[in-house]
Amino acid sequence: MSTTIHANLRAKKPFLKEWRRRETLAAWLFMLPALLGLIVFFAIPAVRGLYLSLTDSNLLSEANYIGFENYRELLRDDDFGQSLWVTLYYVLLNIPLQTVLALLMALVFDRFIHGIGWRSLLLLPWLMPNVVVALLFLWILDPGVGIVNEMLEAVGLPSQSFLGSPQQAMPSIAGINIWRHVGYTALLILAGMQRIPQDLYDAGALDGASEARMFRDITLPLLRPVLAFVLVVSVVGSFQVFDAIAVTTQGGPAEATRVVYWFVYQHAFERFNFGYASAASMVLFLILVTVSLIQMRLLKANESDLG
Amino acid sequence: MANQAVERPVSRTSRRKDARKGVMAGKSLSVDTLIAWGVVALVAILTLFPFYWAVRTALSTQRELLADPTSLLPVGFTLDSFRAALGMADEETLAAGAAVRTFNFWRYLGNTVLVSTVVAVAQVFFSAAAAYAFARLRFPLRDRIFTIFLACLMIPSIVLLIPNFVLIYDLGWINTYQGIIAPTFFMSPFAIFFLRQFFLGINRELEDAAYLDGAGYFEVFWRIILPISRPPVLTLGIIVLITQWNEYLWPFLVGRDESVRVLTVALSVFRSQEPSGSPDWPGLMAGTILAALPVMVIFILVGKRLANSLTFTGIK
Repeated sequence: MSTTIHANLRAKKPFLKEWRRRETLAAWLFMLPALLGLIVFFAIPAVRGLYLSLTDSNLLSEANYIGFENYRELLRDDDFGQSLWVTLYYVLLNIPLQTVLALLMALVFDRFIHGIGWRSLLLLPWLMPNVVVALLFLWILDPGVGIVNEMLEAVGLPSQSFLGSPQQAMPSIAGINIWRHVGYTALLILAGMQRIPQDLYDAGALDGASEARMFRDITLPLLRPVLAFVLVVSVVGSFQVFDAIAVTTQGGPAEATRVVYWFVYQHAFERFNFGYASAASMVLFLILVTVSLIQMRLLKANESDLG
Repeated sequence: MANQAVERPVSRTSRRKDARKGVMAGKSLSVDTLIAWGVVALVAILTLFPFYWAVRTALSTQRELLADPTSLLPVGFTLDSFRAALGMADEETLAAGAAVRTFNFWRYLGNTVLVSTVVAVAQVFFSAAAAYAFARLRFPLRDRIFTIFLACLMIPSIVLLIPNFVLIYDLGWINTYQGIIAPTFFMSPFAIFFLRQFFLGINRELEDAAYLDGAGYFEVFWRIILPISRPPVLTLGIIVLITQWNEYLWPFLVGRDESVRVLTVALSVFRSQEPSGSPDWPGLMAGTILAALPVMVIFILVGKRLANSLTFTGIK
């Protein structure tokens, strides 16, 4: 009896091995195009970017290895320091207001509005190209004949320069991007709210809790993992603001909107300091990693209270 | 898993509807509900107004626009700006608005459609193939390779921008379609992650039956996995299409030439050619609306579906 089993196993083994080999081969074939993309357009560029940041590359002449000279130069460069501050300022203008508005919108849709049609409206601005959105608001916020200024004047307020003034340019950019992203953010938060069991609200209602009370004691605590995810994603995106600035202010007026992304763009594609620009992009990368890690730690992003 | 995620909220919504009916019958509309609808109305107005305002401006004539900037309706109604942007203007209007002439809408639309469609089809197909391998096939280092793909999700675009530009430059692909398409053609980490998640939730019985009938891996992938996954694959395809449609910086860097210029790049070039003092607002808004129109059509066709899958799966 036992001999037959052994015989079977011995007979089966080469077959199994052959089968495994075929499965492995098939897997590599299935992954081949994606692997090609990964290696050529992600892995090698990432390493090359790091290497470029250690050179004086300028696309035209031979690149020389110069060690950490670019990074030392960045530390001394007041323009870079200023662009870091401007970026941080933008993130602070953008994220808190956008998140609070999105939370309130999600709450309204979660508790009172149930038609999907209305929800899809939240998505519309996010689907639009940044360039289109920027141009729409360039016109609406025009210092001369923009409709917002006309409305301000109609109620007796002075007209504003918005994108034309160093003080108002960054808040205006933040406003434009909030318009584009708030609905999408609300939808993500709404997705999280929909996963909170209705029973909790029913019980709350039975106890006579108000909507505000239920929001504070049920919705917010149970929403934490989703909020954490939304915050990490939108903060990372916010640090990389570019398109709206490229179309409207081009870093101006008076460098008021020269964010890090614009700084990198200028050095790389206007002055062709590829090495220096790469170093700046690496610094932004490091900042993003640090900020994300801190956020995830603070918000305990990977734990759920729902169980 | 994906199926569960879809079912749970739906059942909850229906329960809510019952609850709402009860409230309506008992106490009539509550103050809370009224406020809620007020918020929705405000959101709708704030969302739609910029588009309406652009249309109204594009249908006005520049001179009357500056004289009457607040009228809710077009002032000095004319289709000239749209005609010019669509290349249908007569000699007279062309002479009047020289800037508009350089906006070759059909060319840019063609380029954008070509680039976005190729990227959407290729990226989704190749990502699906890889996702299938990660979800179903067993091979050495599988999870480690998948982690590497996931790690790429964390690399910000700015880090890859310069080296990828150098690569395309070295290949001599500046101002070519392949230069614009290449970096997003083969995969996106997100697409692989999203599809793998869905494939993991598919019941294996059908596949096992197919293998017993002697089907190969590709046949199973093509005949079973992809057809079953039609809804998420289509949703992903639309998202990739729109993302590529909206892409600005990369095509601006590698495809500024008229022959390969896409709509977003064309719009920004158009805008930068305008005199900064008094741009041709009707012309600029006509171009903007035309560039937004295809996305608007997609939104009308599949907006609900997108909102639904976003709400229920939380895709990025």
